[in-house]
Amino acid sequence: MSTPTIEDAPQAGNPHSAGLDAAESGKVELITITVRIRRFNPEEHPDAVWVDYQLTVDPKIRVLDAINTIKWEQDGTLTYRRSCAHGVCGSDAMRINGKNRLACKTLIKDVSPEKPITIEPIKGLTVLKDLVVDMDPFFQAYRDVMPFLITTGNEPTRERIQSEEDVQRFEDTTKCILCAACTTSCPVFWNDGQYFGPAAIVNAHRFIFDSRDEGAEQRLEILNDRDGVWRCRTTFNCTDACPRGIEVTKAIQEVKRALVTRRF
Amino acid sequence: MPAGTLYRGREGMWSWVAHRVTGVLIFFFLFAHVLDTALVRVSPEAYNSTIATYKTWPVNLMEYGLTAAILFHALNGLRVIAVDFWAKGPKYQRQMLWTVVTVWVVLMAGAFYPILQETLRNWFG
Ligand code: HEM
Ligand code: SF4
Ligand code: FES
Repeated sequence: MSTPTIEDAPQAGNPHSAGLDAAESGKVELITITVRIRRFNPEEHPDAVWVDYQLTVDPKIRVLDAINTIKWEQDGTLTYRRSCAHGVCGSDAMRINGKNRLACKTLIKDVSPEKPITIEPIKGLTVLKDLVVDMDPFFQAYRDVMPFLITTGNEPTRERIQSEEDVQRFEDTTKCILCAACTTSCPVFWNDGQYFGPAAIVNAHRFIFDSRDEGAEQRLEILNDRDGVWRCRTTFNCTDACPRGIEVTKAIQEVKRALVTRRF
Repeated sequence: MPAGTLYRGREGMWSWVAHRVTGVLIFFFLFAHVLDTALVRVSPEAYNSTIATYKTWPVNLMEYGLTAAILFHALNGLRVIAVDFWAKGPKYQRQMLWTVVTVWVVLMAGAFYPILQETLRNWFG
């Protein structure tokens, strides 16, 4: 979608959307929302509890803005991770209305603000406090697939040439920001945290199908483990959850097929 | 730690749940079926009386349910195989699921009378 500029501003008489009218007049219609957050503080209480917060906001702000407002104006003890606020760093994956999303890429108007908006930590990793989970097992699985270029022989003096066609084989999986939305949406991972999980497989895929890399055999052997790709039951939760639009299940299936055919 | 809300997965998650539930159901049916058939070696009379209880309407309804479970499991199993082996399978998994559900509904409608005719005749003459 292009940003409206002076040149393509609608002429008098052109159809004009209500939204555009409101935007141009500078009027913002505020709505009152309830944000229902699953809070947990092991130092105070052994169980997690739901706490409701009411706030009046522009429906076009993001869920992260709403949470920030709660922290800054209502309860400073609310704990969560965020950094870039623009869908780049991958630190604010959380479960909003039952689905994994990045709070900074989700608009209030898109999560049925007429009903309470539920916010929970991502599932399957130990909750440390409120929305903060222990990411160590997640990053360990990532490290275990050796997510770096493996080559043999002497370093070339020039770039490692790669055709456009060869790039396309793994281009999709280079987009990962390691937010864990996929891995923590996976029913197999919830039941068994030993499973490598979609994110680790996505990042293995990124190198397995890279024509410059020579470590594919090693990575495939790692993922041939009983906790590797074969645990995937193709529920597609990971694909639906990925904020970068990576076709996660497709990547996992390509790794499975590479293990069967030994072609990559 | 209480689990919180149910994860709101889409078609893929629910088709997997249905696939596992029907798979386990079929397994238990086969388990019972092996036992009741083996009964004929123990005592033909006991076998006959067991099979006689199968000719009642609750068991007839269960037969229709079993057909539903096997048909869904088999059709969706073909979809899972396509997702596994066909490069475009993951892309079209949703369309394939709705195809599976449509074929399943048509076959279940077709099986309605043939399977339930005894019970229907008893109830409605
Ligand atoms: C009619 C022919 C059948 C076909 C085409 C079929 C196909 C499949 C496929 C492809 C899977 C793998 C699903 C996945 O990876 O997510 C599967 C799983 C399974 N099947 Fe079947 N199946 C059939 C019959 C049976 C029978 C007769 C039983 C019971 C004894 C059974 C029980 C199961 C169970 C328990 C699972 C595991 C489900 C899971 O892991 O989620 N299936 N089936
Ligand atoms: S594949 Fe997508 S959902 Fe998974 S960690 Fe990477 S960016 Fe997040
Ligand atoms: S805060 Fe960086 S991805 Fe949302």
